[in-house]
Amino acid sequence: MTTKIKPGVSLYSFQEEMFLGQMNVEDCVAFASSIGAKGIEILPEQNMPNFPDISDAEVESWKDMVARHGCHLSAYDMFLDTKVSKDRPMTDDEQVASIVRDLRLCNRLGIKNMRILVFVRPDILGKCVPYAEELDVHMGVEVHAPWHLEHAWILRTIDEADRLNTRHLGILPDMGIFMKHYPPVFRARFERQGARPEITQFIVDQHEAKIMCEYTIYEVAVKMGGNKAEIAMAESLRHAPYANPKRIGDYARYFRHIQAKFYEMTEDYKDPAIAYDEVIPELVKCGWEGTLSSEYEGNRWIQDVSEVDSREQVRRQHVMFDRLITEAEQTFGAADA
Amino acid sequence: MFDKYLIDADSVQNIGPLDALTGFSFLSKLGYYRGLGLSMIEELVVSIDGEALPREAVRFDEGKGPLTLDEMETAYDRRWPFGAAATIFVSLPGGFPGGSHELALSQKLRISYLPFPSFNHDKKRIAL
Repeated sequence: MTTKIKPGVSLYSFQEEMFLGQMNVEDCVAFASSIGAKGIEILPEQNMPNFPDISDAEVESWKDMVARHGCHLSAYDMFLDTKVSKDRPMTDDEQVASIVRDLRLCNRLGIKNMRILVFVRPDILGKCVPYAEELDVHMGVEVHAPWHLEHAWILRTIDEADRLNTRHLGILPDMGIFMKHYPPVFRARFERQGARPEITQFIVDQHEAKIMCEYTIYEVAVKMGGNKAEIAMAESLRHAPYANPKRIGDYARYFRHIQAKFYEMTEDYKDPAIAYDEVIPELVKCGWEGTLSSEYEGNRWIQDVSEVDSREQVRRQHVMFDRLITEAEQTFGAADA
Repeated sequence: MFDKYLIDADSVQNIGPLDALTGFSFLSKLGYYRGLGLSMIEELVVSIDGEALPREAVRFDEGKGPLTLDEMETAYDRRWPFGAAATIFVSLPGGFPGGSHELALSQKLRISYLPFPSFNHDKKRIAL
């Protein structure tokens, strides 16, 4: 009896080290393999310098490389440059053509899940469904904060998938939507930028109490006479939602891949911000099957004062996942493998 | 997200004959977590001691030949890859000024999913 939740990691997690040339793509894959996170999520526009002109030889070398480390490619993060021209937005036909270009490369790489940027229109995706079905790629619209599972924009994609009766269009949740506590690394950086501790404590308390962000922003900006860093911190609350993890089961059939966003893992293997202790039990309870793909985004919050160690952060997150999955299985019973 | 790494301070060098320098160049990376088509690089503003140099003075080369910022706007077949250093050439008679000066770079990017332009800034103290 083992869980159907498969551990993985997005190469996004290692952006600091890759940007600085301290790790290459294969180093990341080798590390992921070493901690048992065998599903590799890629961003071709980050990880393939020749994008979009990827030769068959390059495709084969990617497949060989991940196989050499006992891994597989779990998801493909697409982008859509609707503003590629300065003088006019892309037409609908151009948008479909761009997405189909990505679907084809995704298929050539043998990947079954594509992360669709959340701003892509549901009706455009509807036009792409025949291609996604032919190429057997699931298009999952990234449910990224400040959107959440039941945001009206996200429900439009769900409606489109239902209308077309397709299993190749749905969502792809980013766990940043379950920010139960304000991230300590955010607060610390705003304090280094000049935010006063009594103001940052107020903002944290307001978030903890789940007070709607516009009240806090007005309090800080106007009533408290907040400085630039304090106002910026208050405004960050607009992107810090805590969606209800209990709704996960209702939408589980629409997603097959999760971006396990996090900003910090502590030495004792805790995430101080994202409610994984509530999310993982819901995933286990509903028998969800797919890849839980680490997405570390803490580098930008600490790089001004400390070395970034993305590997250690990702490792700690998977230690936490192992514990939470085991505990949840003891509670709900493990799903059949 | 990568602001402090945009300018490679060790790469700044003068261009032209020693007795008649025409400008200077330096290496830069794109402050973004993926590569981007050159048509979406709206501005590369180079400043010395807080004073911006003219847009026309700036040339960009990711390895396929130098372009003006105007030419980049329609360079649809070229990209600035993630983490890759490109050369920024700046026309400035006399070259980079002697002594210690602050070199600043501002990148203005047109990111389709953002409602507003994305700005990245870096500044480094340079003494040639």
